[in-house]
Amino acid sequence: MKRAFPILAVLTALLLAYAFYEAIWVAPMERTMGDVQRIFYYHVPSAWTAFLLFSVNLVASVIYLIRRSAKADAVALVSAEVGVVFCTVVLVTGPIWARPVWGIWWTWDLRLTLTLVLWLIYVSYLVLRKFSDSSQTPKLAAVLAIFGALDVPLVYFSIWFFRTQHPQPVIGGGGSIDPRMLHVLLINWLAFSCFAFLVCWARYQIEWMQRGVDEAEALESLDGVTR
Amino acid sequence: MSSLRSITLATLTKDIRLEWRSRDAINSMLFFSLLVVVIFSFSFDPNAEESREIAGGLIWVAFLFAAVVALNQTWARELRNQVLDAYRVSPAPANALFLAKALGNFILVSVLEAVMAPLFMIFYNLRALGPAWQLIPVAILGTWALVVNGTFFAAMSLRTRSREIMLPLLLFPISIPAVQSMVEATRIILAGDGSARFWIILLLTYDVVFTTACLALFETILQAE
Repeated sequence: MKRAFPILAVLTALLLAYAFYEAIWVAPMERTMGDVQRIFYYHVPSAWTAFLLFSVNLVASVIYLIRRSAKADAVALVSAEVGVVFCTVVLVTGPIWARPVWGIWWTWDLRLTLTLVLWLIYVSYLVLRKFSDSSQTPKLAAVLAIFGALDVPLVYFSIWFFRTQHPQPVIGGGGSIDPRMLHVLLINWLAFSCFAFLVCWARYQIEWMQRGVDEAEALESLDGVTR
Repeated sequence: MSSLRSITLATLTKDIRLEWRSRDAINSMLFFSLLVVVIFSFSFDPNAEESREIAGGLIWVAFLFAAVVALNQTWARELRNQVLDAYRVSPAPANALFLAKALGNFILVSVLEAVMAPLFMIFYNLRALGPAWQLIPVAILGTWALVVNGTFFAAMSLRTRSREIMLPLLLFPISIPAVQSMVEATRIILAGDGSARFWIILLLTYDVVFTTACLALFETILQAE
């Protein structure tokens, strides 16, 4: 396990470099938007990775509530943290692209609003974890994660009622995309997923060690009291 | 089932009696939402046509803020003298306590709305152009949507530091679809453009989904200590 980490880190770095090269030099230029379209290779993979991490968070939270396993809780925490980072990347790169293409930074469109609400829900999840320092934090956080997941379809329908301006999803949304662009997009997604996995892994180890240290300190202070 | 109902009723009447004698929550909520309405009317100076468009948003935001004032006090009373601990070890079902608290808050916020809505209509010269009776289901479903999650999150934030600020931080993101539905439904009814049916159904769905979730998970939250 310990040896796998640097190997994966090197592989991820290579993959990210290759994906960067592909996105900037190899991918064909978009006819109407020009170079600014290349932000798409960062925006979309970040979004997919963020949504993937939020799903991991939900699954880990449910597992925690059923099994009460501390590992599931650590996974939930880590995936929410890294997911919020990727979601922030999505929310920052989106307006940078939208300004020259749509002429506006932000619009209250379906996918934008949904992403923003998801971001808000997960930030409140992290705030809850930060502010609650009892041993019950995992339980409360897991319950909040489930509430957040229940909220997503409702948010979707509430915004679906308005006309949507965002480009249709490139996969399974009826939109068309140049196969070379799709190729670059998928490489970027793979690179981003590896990167997210790597960060989660490192963060998980830190979290696990931190818990071990806290436990040892608690035991030590108990020991001091009994003596 | 009968024990659930009798315990719910007992807790609810106890809370209402306490509130009736002190009138702490209702007075602070009424004054608070009055202040919000007045401040809004200084911030915007709308004519009748514009105010129809924005009144739905203003009124529900005022009620949302005022509801948080009441929701924050929901459980504070039970913390004193370890009432909540006593409840935890008693065989009474946890959901009875939750339902009583949620219903109590629902009654409080409904009273607030009944008093404030006419005042709002006067201040903003409002007259519904659509079917005004539809405002009643919107108000009932919307209030329940705010209150059911609010009561639940208030119980959750009991275990956190600075719990007064924690409640809105948890409640507002989750309430976004409910608030949007209430505001849109109210706007459509006041301006009389189209049917508010979609929003009322969405509110109903929100209520059903989150009432179920709250009842299913409240036991976990109550026992968390």
